[in-house]
Amino acid sequence: MSDAAAQSLIEPPLGLLAELTHRCPLACPYCSNPENLDRRSTELDTATWKRVFSEAAELGVMQVHLSGGEPTARPDIIDITAHCRDAGLYTNLITSGINVAGQKLDALAAAGLDHVQISFQGDAAGPADHVSGRQGSHARKLELAAQVTGLGLPLTVNAVIHRGNADRVTEMVRFAVDLGARRIEIAHVQYYGWALRNRDALMPTPDQVRSSTEAVERARADFAGRIVIDAVVPDYYARRPKPCVGGWGKRSLNVSPAGKVLPCHAAETIPHLTFPNVRETSLHEIWHHSAAFNAYRGTDWMAEPCRSCDRREIDFGGCRCQALAMTGDAAATDPACELSPFHARMIAMAETAVAEVEASPLDTEYDYRRFL
Amino acid sequence: MIADATIPALPRGIRLHEDKARGGFTLMAPERILKLDQIAHEVLKRVDGTASVATIVDDLAHTFAADRTQIDSDVKAMLQGLADKRLLDLTDE
Repeated sequence: MSDAAAQSLIEPPLGLLAELTHRCPLACPYCSNPENLDRRSTELDTATWKRVFSEAAELGVMQVHLSGGEPTARPDIIDITAHCRDAGLYTNLITSGINVAGQKLDALAAAGLDHVQISFQGDAAGPADHVSGRQGSHARKLELAAQVTGLGLPLTVNAVIHRGNADRVTEMVRFAVDLGARRIEIAHVQYYGWALRNRDALMPTPDQVRSSTEAVERARADFAGRIVIDAVVPDYYARRPKPCVGGWGKRSLNVSPAGKVLPCHAAETIPHLTFPNVRETSLHEIWHHSAAFNAYRGTDWMAEPCRSCDRREIDFGGCRCQALAMTGDAAATDPACELSPFHARMIAMAETAVAEVEASPLDTEYDYRRFL
Repeated sequence: MIADATIPALPRGIRLHEDKARGGFTLMAPERILKLDQIAHEVLKRVDGTASVATIVDDLAHTFAADRTQIDSDVKAMLQGLADKRLLDLTDE
């Protein structure tokens, strides 16, 4: 297909995830940041971020997710938030909850912040602080959550699920309801980067996956109308892959602290792709014309069994990064799909990870996220 | 169930947005973008935190010269659906 013909089919993106910094007071072993973290000296300056958000709104982005690392570690976070709102963007803060409560949150709310999402590592301080790698972090999150709901801002509890807490999904939902959250994400760990390093310590057992899925369904019924539960299933045990980021270059884009633009936060693990930088190229140019965004767009790049599959426009063959990590080919079917010849190997990996380590959350040794 | 006197309101963090890139209006919410059809937009334009459901239905029936009974049940079902998703607050006077 010619570039011009392809472009006519490219819809504008809906969302932009801005990793404003990779600096973070926490050290969660499943951090979604890449293993090679961007250092402060490489971060975009305030003016460049503002230009990026203006270009995003122009391009058709409606929601911006200010994330990190810890986005409020940047001194310009209030200025950036106000700019996003002025550009007409729905502005979401994804935070660890550390060093945000008090005047900073008041200023963010006054700047027009729309929504706050706080990561919680558990429903009780002991196990939660063990996972975050920082004593006292859970208590600080509770303090921020109370201020968020006190201001009337919508609160989402972001709960990452792994072997250490997969038995406590019901308690996590109740915890979120008691905090006054309107929404909770029950997100099983996705195994890239830091989480892949820690896979043996994080992988839930098949029994845990089953019971946590049932717990979500029960909680949806028990708390209907009080909290919205969005669940990300653990795809090592799935039959069909997840529609990763809603399709490559279809709905969203990601900007790293140093300005690289990616179709998803793990895309840099695909070594043959070159990702453009907002310092040199406009978001419009990157979204519509870059080789990286066009690489796995649509269905033309697919091989069998995806190419003739009736779900190819539903799950887009799953995740390119996981396909590469497990099969050596980023254009292969995601092995989370039972139609992939690598599916049995993926299940075996999960079972091996579980068999080798006893499920014992407080004794689990993690390889914590850090600057390498 | 929603009563005639119920007052619907969009909570903080839920707002109408004109989608200039694609046309039309959306309801913006945490991790949700709801594309509104013209009817939904006409209903939500009238949700201001002070108007009751009966007032909104009266206004719609008058503006579009349509059957009030039908509008009443459609509007109540739509508002209840949004409230169930935590996208709308309902206050009974």
